[in-house]
Amino acid sequence: MNTSVITTPATGSVARWQALKDFDWKPVALVPLLAALALPAVGSGSTWLTLTVAGLAMGLIVFIIASGLTLVFGLMDVLNFGHGVFIALGAFVAVSVFGGLNAYAIADSFWLNLAALVPAMLAAMVVAGAVGLVFERFIVRPVYGQHLKQILITMGGMIIGEELIKVIWGPGQLALPLPETLRGSFIIGDASIEKYRLLAMGVGLAVFAAMVWTLNRTKVGLLIRAGVQDREMVESLGYRIQRLFIGVFVAGSALAGLGGVMWGLYQQTVLPQMGAQVNVLIFIVIIIGGLGSTLGALVGALLVGLMANYTGFLMPKVALFSNIALMVAILLWRPQGVYPVANR
Amino acid sequence: MSDALLTLEGVHTHIGAYHILHGVDLTVPANQLTMLLGRNGAGKTTTLRTVMGLWHASQGRITLAGQDITARATPDIAQSGVAYVPESMGIFSDLSVKENMLLAARGARTIDDVDTKRLEWIFDMFPAMKKFWLHPAGKLSGGQKQMLAVSRAIVEPRQLLLIDEPSKGLAPAIIQNMIAAFRELKAAQTTILLVEQNFNFARQLGDTVAVMDDGRVVHSGAMAELAEDSALQARLLGLSLGAHQ
Amino acid sequence: MLSRLLSHDLPRSRWLAILLVLLVLGLAFAPFLFPGVKALNVAAKVLIFIALVVSFDLLLGYTGIVSFAHTMFFGIGAYGIAISANAMGPTWWALLVGAIGALLLSLLLSLLIGLFSLRVRAIFFAMITLAVASAFLTLASQLSDITGGEDGLTFRLPELLSPGFALMEDDFEGPFGPVTLNGRFITYYLLFASVVAMFLVMLRIVNSPFGRVLQAIRENDFRAEALGYRVVVYRTLSNVIAASFATLAGCLLALWLRYNGPDTSLSFEIMLDILLIVVIGGMGTLYGAIIGSVVFLVAQSYLQDLLRWLGGLFEGLPLLPALLTPDRWLLWLGLLFVLSVYHFPTGVVGKLRERALAKATKEST
Repeated sequence: MNTSVITTPATGSVARWQALKDFDWKPVALVPLLAALALPAVGSGSTWLTLTVAGLAMGLIVFIIASGLTLVFGLMDVLNFGHGVFIALGAFVAVSVFGGLNAYAIADSFWLNLAALVPAMLAAMVVAGAVGLVFERFIVRPVYGQHLKQILITMGGMIIGEELIKVIWGPGQLALPLPETLRGSFIIGDASIEKYRLLAMGVGLAVFAAMVWTLNRTKVGLLIRAGVQDREMVESLGYRIQRLFIGVFVAGSALAGLGGVMWGLYQQTVLPQMGAQVNVLIFIVIIIGGLGSTLGALVGALLVGLMANYTGFLMPKVALFSNIALMVAILLWRPQGVYPVANR
Repeated sequence: MSDALLTLEGVHTHIGAYHILHGVDLTVPANQLTMLLGRNGAGKTTTLRTVMGLWHASQGRITLAGQDITARATPDIAQSGVAYVPESMGIFSDLSVKENMLLAARGARTIDDVDTKRLEWIFDMFPAMKKFWLHPAGKLSGGQKQMLAVSRAIVEPRQLLLIDEPSKGLAPAIIQNMIAAFRELKAAQTTILLVEQNFNFARQLGDTVAVMDDGRVVHSGAMAELAEDSALQARLLGLSLGAHQ
Repeated sequence: MLSRLLSHDLPRSRWLAILLVLLVLGLAFAPFLFPGVKALNVAAKVLIFIALVVSFDLLLGYTGIVSFAHTMFFGIGAYGIAISANAMGPTWWALLVGAIGALLLSLLLSLLIGLFSLRVRAIFFAMITLAVASAFLTLASQLSDITGGEDGLTFRLPELLSPGFALMEDDFEGPFGPVTLNGRFITYYLLFASVVAMFLVMLRIVNSPFGRVLQAIRENDFRAEALGYRVVVYRTLSNVIAASFATLAGCLLALWLRYNGPDTSLSFEIMLDILLIVVIGGMGTLYGAIIGSVVFLVAQSYLQDLLRWLGGLFEGLPLLPALLTPDRWLLWLGLLFVLSVYHFPTGVVGKLRERALAKATKEST
């Protein structure tokens, strides 16, 4: 039966307008603000464009990885210090897949290249998700509610994972070259924009759109948003939130795997330690964004990506510190991150 | 006397080191409204939470419609047809009223799956729900939030409603609305266990009453009896009806 | 009198006490009991780790804070000595300046980190310290002019402590072999004396009223605040003290190795070692640091040999050799760590004390 008879169109648009006015635009505005501030510092418009695209691409890749982690924390109050292991796993799986589908990767056809890239991404997600399932069962579940032990144990889990990667793929770094048609850049005026970065942005935005759609238009998404606010009440309404959590954890791990592939291609090499390296960035991102907030993770990731690229160009030695400084600045403004999750 | 829908036998609850319930014996008759009264700290909320499985009874037995639910998990108890309206209302402030209701309607995938007749019935009792349908629940006033909490509990038919202090902090006019709503629910064959401190509210609604003190039920019986016996009221609740208008 | 020295924080278990006495005597007479360069190196490393882990236990075990910045302070101490000895030559004055400079820097940093981050939730603090420590590691590698970059700094020590210095012409004929009484010998005892002093001071700190407030905060910070204790102040102080001790441990490390680089003191692996030792030994006990350090470091050398031997046994098989090589030491460490956190949360010291308590209760009934 249709419920449109219950709500009049006027109520609908009034509510939507109200929601728009109520929306907190300030944190989102920081992203273009940072980009705008960088322009005079960088000097040349074309360099700025290249850096900005690079920053946004990197930011979106980081977002893919961070989104799962922040939801897992928001939903079940579990902080997975071992999230990095899924990143590395995804990247190494991609190396293997590319190795197997090498003919497609080096072919000079976009579609054939995709025939190598897409399976790599899917395989990475599946493997990372599967390992996530095991990780949740044996590492995370026994320590629900005990933050201290979670930190220690998930860190231990990451070490084990990293070492197992070394056992399977060897301890050194491996190359993950870009498929043929994704190399090189588009030239716009004086600016060169790498093709791969545009692809990464596309994938990142697609992931964001998919997340927003799932969270806002499906019942599962509704459950997640409610669970982030009040886990107990969701259980009292009759939902087994434990299962939901496993699902979110696995999805988060799969996304980290996908992010790992993208990151590996971005750097064109993969290392067993890459998980630990990216971990730090991820933490900075979700602290800036607010633990539990997807939009916050996006804002944080974009800011971190832009910052890393701008300072990488202007003052390379302080790149990592610049992100820490950014985090400190944000925390001084909003100690819980830019979009703190209510009701905790 | 109708059959008991919910019974508690010798229920003890510990929260950490604290022993809150010291052997609660309670019978909630079916299709009636049972009031659970008592001072602050008597253990009323703990009793509701223990029934709901949010805290586990360390001793004793809880039966619902003949089935032992003492050790069951909260979602399972809820799925047996129990709805819980906590003292804090438990509404999700970032979600709209519509989304809150959809969440409570377990059988519905989208809002269109929800029984329209039922929704209209709820809107009749609580017009504010219709008015603020798409607004975030956090923007509602205290009274409206309370109404939403109750609406959620009844959006699908339930056997048993556990409601914790619905009238707290509400204006008298709204309280009257609530009373009317609960009367309708009673008429619709729902069993209700209501915790209250406001005796005036209580005696207008309750069929049966149980009074708690120090983690035990110290009196139970028909509401009508208690309502007439001022001396008993004074002893159990520390007040007399006349003073608490 | 012994009780006073140990600030009334006794082992409380006969086995534990015996074990501790044996270990302390072993360390005290290490040059004589285990002559040879390798054994002395392990003993010195044990001493340094005891000091380092004891300072970490103050934070984790007593105050309930996880800080990944601990190796940063360790590194600051080591670099302090290394840089000043390198720049100012092998004099006692250089060592003093280096140590004090390092302590001041640690003081400042730990104060900043504490005041800023300890207002936020524990998880935030852990993540922030991780970020800061990573940044510091990168910085140390990049400021090669000062820190020697990836290669690190090698330097010489004052004559008394250098290997060339001879206390006695001939080697001392000990019961287990000849012992060379040179500068290394003296350095070892300098380390020993320092670590003993640090341990006793730390015992004093955790058993003082200050220490008790820390434990109250660890149990329930909300209540502690409600009782009138400014939690941020106490946590910051704990952070500062822990950082200072870690810095001193770093100075000792540099004195022993006469070298320091990013991997020697700042690496993540050291942080893991600390975590493992404190968990195995027993959090919040201080004695756990002694037991844990010995167990860990001894096992580290022997386990690698064990792995090598096991790997050799399973030569032809597909996966096992790769799992059982000494290079994958960290894998087994990680497994051990995870299992310890689950099944062994109170560590060796905790287990021994529980046994002693159970026995005492049984005997008294």
